[in-house]
Amino acid sequence: MSLLEVKNLEVSFHTPDGNVGAVQDVSFSLEQGKTLAIVGESGSGKSQTAFSIMGLLAKNGTSKGSVKFDGTEILNVSEKELNTYRATQIGMIFQDPMTSLNPFVRVSDQMAEVLVRHKGMSKSDAIKDCIKMLDAVKIPDAKRRIRMYPHEFSGGMRQRVMIAMALLCHPRLIIADEPTTALDVTVQAQIMDLMGQLQSDFGMGIILITHDLGVVAGSCEDTLVLYGGRVMETGPTQQLFSEPTHPYTRGLLRAVPRLGTKHAQLATIPGNPPNMLQPPVGCAFSPRCDFATDRCKTFKPILTKFAQDRSRACHLQQEELV
Amino acid sequence: MLAFILKRLFYAIPTILILIVFSFLLMHSAPGGPFSSDRPLPPEVLANIEAKYHLNDPLIKQIWTYVTGVVTQFDFGPSFQYKDRTVNEIIGQGFPVTLTYGTISFLVAVFFGCALGITAALNQNSWLDYLAVGISIGAQVLPNFVMAPILVLVFTLWLGWLPGGGWNGGQWQYLIMPVIALSTSFMASIARIMRSSLLEVMHSNYIRTARAKGLTKREILFNHALKPALLPVISYLGPTFVIMITGSVVVDLYFTTGGIGQAFVNSALNRDYSVMMGITILIGCLTILFNLIVDVLYAWIDPKIKL
Repeated sequence: MSLLEVKNLEVSFHTPDGNVGAVQDVSFSLEQGKTLAIVGESGSGKSQTAFSIMGLLAKNGTSKGSVKFDGTEILNVSEKELNTYRATQIGMIFQDPMTSLNPFVRVSDQMAEVLVRHKGMSKSDAIKDCIKMLDAVKIPDAKRRIRMYPHEFSGGMRQRVMIAMALLCHPRLIIADEPTTALDVTVQAQIMDLMGQLQSDFGMGIILITHDLGVVAGSCEDTLVLYGGRVMETGPTQQLFSEPTHPYTRGLLRAVPRLGTKHAQLATIPGNPPNMLQPPVGCAFSPRCDFATDRCKTFKPILTKFAQDRSRACHLQQEELV
Repeated sequence: MLAFILKRLFYAIPTILILIVFSFLLMHSAPGGPFSSDRPLPPEVLANIEAKYHLNDPLIKQIWTYVTGVVTQFDFGPSFQYKDRTVNEIIGQGFPVTLTYGTISFLVAVFFGCALGITAALNQNSWLDYLAVGISIGAQVLPNFVMAPILVLVFTLWLGWLPGGGWNGGQWQYLIMPVIALSTSFMASIARIMRSSLLEVMHSNYIRTARAKGLTKREILFNHALKPALLPVISYLGPTFVIMITGSVVVDLYFTTGGIGQAFVNSALNRDYSVMMGITILIGCLTILFNLIVDVLYAWIDPKIKL
């Protein structure tokens, strides 16, 4: 049984201007101890996928489909039932460590309350455990610094606090929503190294949500490419990067800057992500795709398996994409 | 922190002096004086009286005499209107009254205002929210000079439950109607500020983090949301408290409570210079004090603010 099995997940938001289908028909699964990357540009639905798994959608959001954690359905269950999974089974690391920690509450209180709530520990025991966890994420002088407020930490240190907080109850799954986006590049590398090391120490599964393909290549077994709320392509990261089969994946990979190439100008994908209030009728990517045919513009391609562990959603054959 | 408080108290001195000079000049620039009336006094009599109260001195000398009296002897002078009473006596008698019903009204307004605002915000767009917003709009649009006679009509004339006015040493029967009349509109404002500020906090990223940690609604509210949501409420409460404890002319007038609210308005109408100055200085000092308290509370709540 997979640790997490997501089937036909749909997330939509009711807005004054109409319904927005942020995530449509997304399915994937994750095994214990593995890492899955969900890649896509802003507005592709990757964060909303994560929020719907945790039951954290904004009030006007609804989700459909199925999310099974260890075989149990957790999508659209009561808040009370969700709270037995949150933090204890599934930990979450958020995008912006500047705003995701409460600026009015000491780090010690923010961390200890997790253990007090879920493990029934006393506050002082909980703080001892929290200090150990801060040591584990390599925060120097944790014993003193735990008494501080979030604004007294640097961005990278705050993200370490977030990670330590998510790991306190040793969850079996970590959902990391762009954990390094708000950090500078050297700190990014430190945080990713740390996550990898913690994963081998604690053996948890990780869903890494990112738009940074460099991060994906170094740390994730599998990759799922999202565009306009739909899965464009999925497969083992190595294969997907060496032989991308979807025009969007190819465009993304081409847009990664490389050292030592002759092209002075960085390749881009022309155009903008679709307006989800009026999504394209056919393939979501067709308005920006170099290869789009009339068929692409009128019918949505279906995600189909074409090799071991690999699927793509494109009307055109791979040979046609040259 | 202590240095900050001392510094602020020191700055209060010039502020109060400026307040005194400005209100003194404003008051004297208004036409008429304390002894002008429909039936004019003979000029010789008027000159005599004015000489007695030093009103014929140059303004600068009058201000100087007044300020030295206040600073050296805490003497705010005699009332021009009530010949046998000093300003200290008038304030000493009226201020305890307004302080009592003002403080109670304040506590009532804060408690119900916060309760309404929190209920509304946590149940946004539900019937509870609409009910709470409805109550606070109703309380806001009903001015106290309309509310006061309605209260008297219902509770005194129709039901005969409560005395229609008087103070009687602040017994509870005499307090109920003044408190209701004074607190409702402030309660409504507090509810509105609390609701919008808590709504904003509840949509912030750190509340999402708290939810992801599997905390209960109660824990999220009390451990994470309430502190930041209270900041705008507190900055409103400082000046509001001063307004409430220095009384309301409407309350004093309708319920004949005898507070300084009415004394203040009467002093302005009668050009009772010394009473007006005394109450102005009292309000000024209280405003400075409570602004300082608000700042200290801010620093206590928000760790990013260092005093």
